Amino acid sequence: MPEQNMQGQAEQKKRQPLFHMIKRNSLPLWHSVAIRAAAILLAFVFTGILTLLFTGKDPIRIAAIMFDGAFGNSLRTWVTFQNVAVLLCISLALTPAFKMRFWNTGGEGQVLIGCLATATCMFTLGGKLPDWLLIMIMTVAAIGAGILWGLIPAIFKARFGANETLFTLMMNYIAIQFVEFFLKVADKSGSNTVGPNLLSHGWIPALFGEKYLLNILLVAVLTVLMYIYLKYSKHGYEISVVGESENTARYIGVNVKRVILRTMALSGGICGFVGLMLVGATSHSIDTNLAGGYGFTGIMVAWLAQFNPLVMTFASLLIVFLQRGAGEVSTVAGLNQSFSDIVTGILLFFIIGCEFFIRYQLIPNREHKFFAKKQTQEEQVQ
Amino acid sequence: MKKILSLVLMLALLAGSCLVFASCGETERKGMTEDILPINTPTPDFTVDADFKIGFIFLHDENSTYDKNFIDAANRMKTALGLTDEQVIMKTNIPEGDECYTAAADLAGQGCKIVFADSFGHEPFLLQAAREFSNVQFCHATGTMAHTKDLPNFHNAFASIYEGRYLAGVVAGLKLNAMIAEGKITNDEAVIGYVGAFTYAEVRSGLTSFFLGARSVCPTATMKVQYTGSWYDEGKEQEAANALINAGCVLISQHADSMGAPSACEVAGVPNVSYNGSTYAAAPDTFLVSSAINWTPYFLYIAKCVANGTAIAHDWCGGIAEGAVVLSGLNQDAVADGTKAKLDEVIAQFRAGTLHVFALNTFTVNGQQLPADYMADVDTDAAYTADTAVIKGDATNGYYFSESTERSAPYFNMCIDGITELNSKF
Repeated sequence: MPEQNMQGQAEQKKRQPLFHMIKRNSLPLWHSVAIRAAAILLAFVFTGILTLLFTGKDPIRIAAIMFDGAFGNSLRTWVTFQNVAVLLCISLALTPAFKMRFWNTGGEGQVLIGCLATATCMFTLGGKLPDWLLIMIMTVAAIGAGILWGLIPAIFKARFGANETLFTLMMNYIAIQFVEFFLKVADKSGSNTVGPNLLSHGWIPALFGEKYLLNILLVAVLTVLMYIYLKYSKHGYEISVVGESENTARYIGVNVKRVILRTMALSGGICGFVGLMLVGATSHSIDTNLAGGYGFTGIMVAWLAQFNPLVMTFASLLIVFLQRGAGEVSTVAGLNQSFSDIVTGILLFFIIGCEFFIRYQLIPNREHKFFAKKQTQEEQVQ
Repeated sequence: MKKILSLVLMLALLAGSCLVFASCGETERKGMTEDILPINTPTPDFTVDADFKIGFIFLHDENSTYDKNFIDAANRMKTALGLTDEQVIMKTNIPEGDECYTAAADLAGQGCKIVFADSFGHEPFLLQAAREFSNVQFCHATGTMAHTKDLPNFHNAFASIYEGRYLAGVVAGLKLNAMIAEGKITNDEAVIGYVGAFTYAEVRSGLTSFFLGARSVCPTATMKVQYTGSWYDEGKEQEAANALINAGCVLISQHADSMGAPSACEVAGVPNVSYNGSTYAAAPDTFLVSSAINWTPYFLYIAKCVANGTAIAHDWCGGIAEGAVVLSGLNQDAVADGTKAKLDEVIAQFRAGTLHVFALNTFTVNGQQLPADYMADVDTDAAYTADTAVIKGDATNGYYFSESTERSAPYFNMCIDGITELNSKF
């Protein structure tokens, strides 16, 4: 046995790491910004090379096509900003929960259930009530449904300590099934969608004739409000304390259960509001794909922005720009639409990867033979 | 020692597999015949302007057999008209939802004269765009609303694929006859299995015409239908095919888009009739024949209407004469002898207009022949109200259910005697 130990130690000595990983204490702001910018730049270079390989078009032309896809005409610009508004709003909804270290992966379901509540009101009450009253009922129903969808896992977390990640995730599938059920009941023709021909009442009026404008303005206001709420309100402070340490929160007299319930109600409520906007204001239709995965992309946006609502605006814009731009590249070049997912994936990989370099520093290991050899060479030269 | 043993084993395996492959090579396949109703793209008798643009909205991409059928047709049109890449814009993976409207509006904004969408659920969103862009023609496959909404720039299209299915049914019936003659099955065991997606008219019309085709040559044939509740679910389709085979079905066909049923049939050695393209490559032992819709004639038709400034019909249903219904070649290793001659005879009858798939004297529903004043739900509403008289013909030549004439999409939605639906919840 001792012999083996000796051998083990000897092996350990031989297997030296190439680099040492050291946790950074603090990093000047400009330094971390520079690292992130470099990551984004690298991601663009990498996707540029990839696109060049696939399409054979020069990178500048590709960039022009991407820009054209996102902002090429007024409709495209509106749709881009509408998508940014939706993605941003979902990220905003998730942020208070995340700050509290409550991993709300149920954004998609909370949005969908808001969509469903809105669509149900439009379908069953449409034409029977004046539109203004219908819109008010839709609003209450959508936000209420979102709150309910957020509260159910929160109650189980607060009372029984149930794992919220899995719970909220499963709630997504329940919401999707409910929507499926509604599609079957509302449209007997067998399409996978209930369109504007069936949801013809309770359309939220368009501001200045631009149907996306209201959403964009509301989300802009919400972004500022969320920033203030998290940074300057007592609730916001309680959320960060609970997130840092539940015991500390209890010690200073914060009612942890209440904060969990309240925050998740807020999170779900905002998601429900997104559902209202999607169905009531823009699409006037519902299908299981209406949230389009933004419930999950929103998680990424919230993390990328380090839970700062103002930074989230740029993160959402970046992701939506890439999606729509890459979508146009694939249409023009006759590529599969998955190309847009690939490009977004590459960008996220680089950005998330760069967080490592912000938190840790890599120092070359002087004892490693790779560097040791160099050293001896250098010494010899000297 | 172990090393030597494993080496010997490996060599033995290699030698064995070589033998197997070699012996496979020896059994010679007769392969496929030429296409029975081939895809012929006519030379267009018109030209389009240089600023002509057409936009396509596809539910999936070329990985789905359904969408591939449309994409291929669009490319054939592009070649026939000599269009450039800039003149044909294809948007793939557009879901049946608001994104379809956005895509349609985007295509209109890019200057497309025609916007075409290929999936049933695209319809309300295309309709929404049609109301907004009145100078663009919106054409939709498989939809049902054009004749009731009556917009000048919104159109539906389909093909009389029930004739193609009937022909495929004839191939299946002859195969059953051959199996009976060989003593593999008795007359009563001539049970066909059918994997359907949903209980919609499109599927029911297709499976009924397929069955009527089979029964026209094999009078004792019956059919069992298993629905999957999905247009594309490889696992469920495979499962449904296996369930049907276990329930005594000796021949399988399907109306769903994956390779589930054909591959299950190949494993079980059960003959299979395919749809939307040949599955011969994946199932060389069991594939019989495949019917499909060729959309190129419709694409050329709408392009011609736009080029000449004439109106597009609100419903267009192409048949064998237009080249919209196509039939693959026959798998000579699997079909019965004399199939080709019989098919030619039936096709000639279709071309002459003397054969009607849904002739009233060939089927009954609940033991009764359909009355001559039978009405069907053509205008589609939630309650399936029967609103249109669909029986045509006269006493001397016989009456028939006139499919796809009152609107392009099928509306035959009955379960006729001889067909058993094992489940119908979809």
